[in-house]
Amino acid sequence: MSLSAKDKAAVKGFLAKMKSRSDEIGTESLSRMLVVYPQTKSYFAHWKDLSPGSAPVRKHGITIMNGIYEAAEKIDELPGGLLTLSELHAFMLRIDPVNFKIFTHCMLVVLCMFFPEDFTPSIHRAIDKFLAQVALALAEKYR
Amino acid sequence: MVEWTDFERSTIESIFAKMDYEDVGPAALSRCLVVYPWTQRYFGNFGNLYNAAAIMSNKMVAQHGITVLHGMDRAVKNMDDIKATYAELSVLHSEKLHVDPDNFKLLGDCLTIVLAARMGTAFTAEVQAAFQKFLAIVISSLGRQYH
Repeated sequence: MSLSAKDKAAVKGFLAKMKSRSDEIGTESLSRMLVVYPQTKSYFAHWKDLSPGSAPVRKHGITIMNGIYEAAEKIDELPGGLLTLSELHAFMLRIDPVNFKIFTHCMLVVLCMFFPEDFTPSIHRAIDKFLAQVALALAEKYR
Repeated sequence: MVEWTDFERSTIESIFAKMDYEDVGPAALSRCLVVYPWTQRYFGNFGNLYNAAAIMSNKMVAQHGITVLHGMDRAVKNMDDIKATYAELSVLHSEKLHVDPDNFKLLGDCLTIVLAARMGTAFTAEVQAAFQKFLAIVISSLGRQYH
């Protein structure tokens, strides 16, 4: 399910719109994931505060969003373009890849809440495909 | 046996009481057919599903979306035994409709996303968790009689 030219254009267009509420999107997506899928908290036992919108959650949500924008810039060469991030996830973080899907789902929920008119089914499909490719790139070095 | 908190019970009942079936049903099913095009395999006789615009204006899709959503009414009314309530429907989906149960999850995800758009900030993380728990049980019950 690789990205067509149309998908890439749709992704870049919508990501530009997302920039206006980027921090909020990252924070809300991560907060939501920790509440709706409590098992994901297992990766953050080292944080003092896992409550929605807390400082570490906010900071990390922004980090993730920056990773997504970086991936969009390298949209023509995923997974090669995300080599560093891929190695980080494979050798250091070792997050089970099932969680990429879980986070993606929470982000899609937030995007539809924040942009009910713009997050059409076609845009939803393109973003879902893109985030799936990003997840694949992140898991590239796992084994 | 599923345990429901008071919050979960009232949340599910409230969502379905306030939901506009004629809006949410068509939106959820058409979104599923667009985002996950392989699900179109079950709708060969629904006419034009050629592109997103065609799917979203297709009257048969819209009607079926409403049907599916109303199918959940019985689960809402029988939250303490959805498995038994859906035994017959499960057999139908397996023996007659031959629907891969994984598709239930895909439609469920689209329904969650459409509901989030309609409810806005009222769709809090806690509400989402309750709704997804309800959907997970519905989906599990629908897949129960497959063999």
